Amino acid sequence: MSPLINIFKKKSSTSNVQSIIDKYNKDQTRLMDILIDIQAEIGYISNESASLIANQLKISKVDVEQTLSFYHFFSQKETGKYTIYLNDSAVAEMMGRNEVAKAFEEAAGSKFGEVTKDGKIGLFNTSCIGMNDQEPAAIINGVIFTRITPYRAKEIIQDMKNGKAVNEMGLQSFGDGNNSSNYIQSMVSNNIRRKGPVIFSDYNLGKSIKKIVNMKPTDVIRDVKASNVRGRGGAGFPTGMKWEFCRNAAGDQRYIFCNADEGEPGTFKDRVILTELPKLIFEGMTVAGYAVGATEGILYLRYEYKYLQKYLEQVLEELKTANLLGTNIGGKNGFNFNIRIQFGAGAYVCGEESALIESAEGKRGEPRDRPPFPVEQGYLNKPTVVNNVETLCSVVKIITEGPNWYKSFGTKDSAGTKVLSISGDCMNPGIYEIEWGFNINDILKMVGANDVQAVQVGGPSGALIAPTEFDRILCYSDLSTGGSIIIFNSKRDLLKNVVLNFMDFFIEESCGSCVPCRCLTVLFREKLLKILKGNGVMQDIDDMISWGPTMLSNRCGLGHTAANPILTSIKNFRPLYESKIQQNKLFDSGFNLQEAIAECCEATGRQPIL
Amino acid sequence: MAELIKFTIDNQDCLAEKGLYIVEAAAKNNIYIPTLCNIPGVKPRGACRICSVRVNGKLMSACTTPIADNMKIENNTPEIVEMRKIILETLFVSGNHFCPACERSGSCDLQALAYRFGILNQRFPYQFPSKSIDASHPKIMKDHDRCILCKRCIRGIKTEDGKSFFAYKKRGQTLEISIDTELTSQLTDELAIKAANLCPVGAILLKERGYNIPIGKRQYDLTPIGNEIDHLEK
Amino acid sequence: MSKPIIATTSLAGCFGCHMSILDIDERILDLIELVEFNKSPIDDIKTFTKKCDIGIIEGGCCNSENIHVLKTFRENCKILISLGECARTGGLPAMRNNKVTVKECLEEAYLNCVTVDDNPDNIIPNDEELPFILDKVYPCHEIVKIDYFLPGCAPRADLIWNALVALITGKPMDLPYEVVKYD
Repeated sequence: MSPLINIFKKKSSTSNVQSIIDKYNKDQTRLMDILIDIQAEIGYISNESASLIANQLKISKVDVEQTLSFYHFFSQKETGKYTIYLNDSAVAEMMGRNEVAKAFEEAAGSKFGEVTKDGKIGLFNTSCIGMNDQEPAAIINGVIFTRITPYRAKEIIQDMKNGKAVNEMGLQSFGDGNNSSNYIQSMVSNNIRRKGPVIFSDYNLGKSIKKIVNMKPTDVIRDVKASNVRGRGGAGFPTGMKWEFCRNAAGDQRYIFCNADEGEPGTFKDRVILTELPKLIFEGMTVAGYAVGATEGILYLRYEYKYLQKYLEQVLEELKTANLLGTNIGGKNGFNFNIRIQFGAGAYVCGEESALIESAEGKRGEPRDRPPFPVEQGYLNKPTVVNNVETLCSVVKIITEGPNWYKSFGTKDSAGTKVLSISGDCMNPGIYEIEWGFNINDILKMVGANDVQAVQVGGPSGALIAPTEFDRILCYSDLSTGGSIIIFNSKRDLLKNVVLNFMDFFIEESCGSCVPCRCLTVLFREKLLKILKGNGVMQDIDDMISWGPTMLSNRCGLGHTAANPILTSIKNFRPLYESKIQQNKLFDSGFNLQEAIAECCEATGRQPIL
Repeated sequence: MAELIKFTIDNQDCLAEKGLYIVEAAAKNNIYIPTLCNIPGVKPRGACRICSVRVNGKLMSACTTPIADNMKIENNTPEIVEMRKIILETLFVSGNHFCPACERSGSCDLQALAYRFGILNQRFPYQFPSKSIDASHPKIMKDHDRCILCKRCIRGIKTEDGKSFFAYKKRGQTLEISIDTELTSQLTDELAIKAANLCPVGAILLKERGYNIPIGKRQYDLTPIGNEIDHLEK
Repeated sequence: MSKPIIATTSLAGCFGCHMSILDIDERILDLIELVEFNKSPIDDIKTFTKKCDIGIIEGGCCNSENIHVLKTFRENCKILISLGECARTGGLPAMRNNKVTVKECLEEAYLNCVTVDDNPDNIIPNDEELPFILDKVYPCHEIVKIDYFLPGCAPRADLIWNALVALITGKPMDLPYEVVKYD
C-alpha cells in the first residue's frame, strides 16, 4: 500500500525511488502514481529522481518534468518537514483566511511560498480544497485542518517546532458520520443538511447488481436513457446516451471513470458522498461497467481528498469479499469488474473529462481536442465513460427503483435531484439534496441567508446572480450547476473579494495550452485591477465585454468560462463597475509618474520632482 | 478515388476528400484559414486557436476538426476576424516580441499574420514578461521571450525511438517549453535545422549563423502568409 | 484654408523614424506646400508656438522628460501619431523591461561598462536637472491617448507619406502590403 499521510517524511534515497518505480512495473502510464508516492515519501521530486524515472520508464526527462511541473502538489524543491497548504478561495478569505495566513507567517517566521531556513515548515497557498463549509481550512502533510483560527495557527506552528506528529496535533474530536471511522479519523464535518429522495435515501447494498445480472446490458442502458438522467458535473450530457456511444464504439477494452476531482471552488458534495456512500458510488461504476462492457473502473480522486484513501481502499476490499466487485460478480459468469483509485495532484482542469484521462495516463492534465470523444477514444485510446460521482449514485437508484420513479422528481427537462454544496454568508452551510426546480429564493430561505447581495451559482465558472434574478430556477435549461452555490451578503466587496479572487483562480489553474485562456485572462485581470485602482474609464468596461466572445475559442470548458467572473458580474452588477470608474474622463492609461520614477530615486538617492 | 465531401465555407460551395481536416479541406478550395500551431503531416493539436471557425454555428478549431458532410463553416466573417485579431494581439503583448531585433523577422508566421490582418497596433497593454534565453544547448538557442508555446517543436521533433526533445513545463501564464538536457547529443544537425524551421517565430534559432536572408528577400516581405492558397496578392 | 500644422519629436528613439520622414525624398517639397511645421527637430523650433493639428511621436518613454514632452504634445496637438516601433511598443529600449532594474542599468552605464574609463569616484549622475529614468520603457499609448499608429523600424517612407496625405486630404489611406512592417 502506498504511503498515505507522511507524518514524517523520509530522506531521499535512490533505492526508495527505484522501489516505487518498480512497484508500478516501470509503466509510463503510471507516472502520476510514481510521482505521488515519491512526493509523499521524500517530500519532493529531485532532479536525480526525475532522471531515474525517465531512464527507467524509457521516456525523456523533459516528459517527466512536464507532468511533474504541471501539478500543484508536486515539488522539485524541498517543501519542509511540515508542509502547510492553506486554502485561498474567496470563501476562505471571507471566513478569515488572511488573518490565519498572517498568524502562520508570524509564528513560522517565513512567508507563504517559502520554507523556513531550518527546512522544517513550508507555507503554501492552494486553490479550494473542498471545505468551503468549514473554512479556513488547510492540508498539512495530508491531514485536513478545518475552521482554523489565528490562535490555532500559532498552536500548530508551536507543535511543529516541538516536533509533534501531525495527526497528534490536538485533533480532539473527529467529524460526524464516517469521518470518525478508524480508516479516516478526520476533523472534517459532513454537514448534511437536507437528504433528498435519490442520493441520500435508503440504500440497499448490491440490490442493483442483483437486478442487472438478470438484464441484458442494453436493457440497463435503455433504463438509464429512459430516466433522462444527465451528467451531474455541470455540463449535463445525457448519461444513457454516453453509455450507449461507449458500448457501440469499437474497442477490445472499455473503461469506466468516476470523476471525483471536484475542484470548482465551493463544491464539496463529492467529498461527503465519498465519505458516507462510497459503496453506492462503486456500485454505480459496476453497473456502468456491466452496461458498456468494461471490466476496469478508475476512481479519479483529487489529491486534496487523499485522507480518504485508506478508507476507500478498505471499502473496495469489502465489496470484493461481498462478490460485488472482482470476478463473476453477483454470481454471473463473466461479469468481471475491478476498480482502482487514481489520485490527481492538484489541477482544477483535470475535472474536465479528457484532461482527467490524460492525467490518469500519467501526463499533464491538458484537455484533448474533440473529436474524437472519450466514448470513442478515451483512456489508453479505448472507449471510456467518465461520469460524475453523483451521476453514478443516481444510476443505482434508477436501476433499483425504475426510470419512472426517478423521473417523478425534478422538472420536465431536468429529472431527479441535485446535491448542492452551499457556502458563504448563511446560517447553515453544507450539503443539500434538492429536486431540480428550486429557485434561488427557496434556497436562500432553506439555508438561512439574509441581506444577500449576490449568489454565485455553479462556482467561478458559473454566474454571479443579482437579487433581481433570485426567482430563476435551478435546472439544465435555466441555472445549470455542478452544485456550487456561494452566498455573499451586502457587506462583501464583490469586485475585490470575489471577482478578482475568481480570476486569480482561473489564471492559476489554466493548463496554458490555448492562447486566450493562458493570456487573455491575465489581461482581463489587469483591466479589473485598473478599475479597482480608480483609473478606469467607461471604455474599460466595454473593452472587457468585447473580449468576452474570444474566450469561447478555447478548447475546454475551463477556457470557455475563465472570464465569466468578470463577464457575468458586468452583466448583473454593472453599477458596481460604474461606481468605480471616472465618469468625467474618456481616457486614462493608468500611468503614475511617481510610481514609475520611485526605483530611479531609490537608485540615485534623489528626491522626486514631479 | 476517395469519397468527396460537400460543405460550404462562408456560403461558398466546397468539395474535399473525406478524412481531411477543415484547414486542409479549405486549402483544397483555395480558402486560407490561418494557423500557427499546425504542422502538415503531424497529428494536429489545436493549441493556438487562431484557426477557430464556426462549424454549424459552433466554434471549433479548424486544424483538429475533420470535414463532414454538409458542414456550414464560417471563416472570414467580421466576428471570426475580430477574434483572430484579439488572439494575435494577445500573443504579441504576452511575450517580448521585439521584431526589429529578431532574426526571424520577415519570415515569422506570427508577424506575417499580423500583417495579413492589418494590425497596426495591439489593443492590450504590453506585459513585458520576465523571461529568459536558454543558450545552454550546443546547437540551438531557445528564446522564451519569443516563444508562443504552439507545441510545433514538441510534436515535430523526436528522437529515433520517439522520445521528446522538447516539452511543456509548468502551466498557465508560467508555461514554457524546455529542451531535454540528457538527449543533447541525439539532436543531430538535421534535427536542429528542422526544429528551427518548424518554429513559427524566432524562439528556436540555430547557433553560429544568423540574419542570412537580406531584407526584401524574406518569406513574407512581399507576399502575405497564405498567399499560396488564396492568392490575396498577385 | 490655412495649412495644417505638424509637430514632431523623438523621445526614446534613435531618430531613424525622422530619417524615414526625410526619406520621402522629393515629395518633401510637396509636403512643405501642404503643411506648416511647428515644434520639430526638422525646423529646430524648440517649443510650441501655436496649437498644432498633427503631432508625430518617435520613440517610447524611458524617462520623466519623455513623459513631459509627450504630455505637451497631447495638449498641443489635435491628432497624435505613434511613429515606429519604439513609440508603438517601447521598441528595443524596452528590452530592459522586467529584465534589469533601473539600478543595474545605471550601474552598467556609469560604473561597470567597459567603456567607462574615467569615473574614479564611482558617481552615478544625480544632478537635479537630469530626468528620472522610468521603471520601464513605456509605449506612448500607455501614457496618453494616441490616435494613429504607423509601425516599422523605421516605418517605410511611403507609409508615412500615405498616412500624412490621407490625414491632410481626408481620403482613405492606401496601405500596400509591402509598407506595413514591424521591422
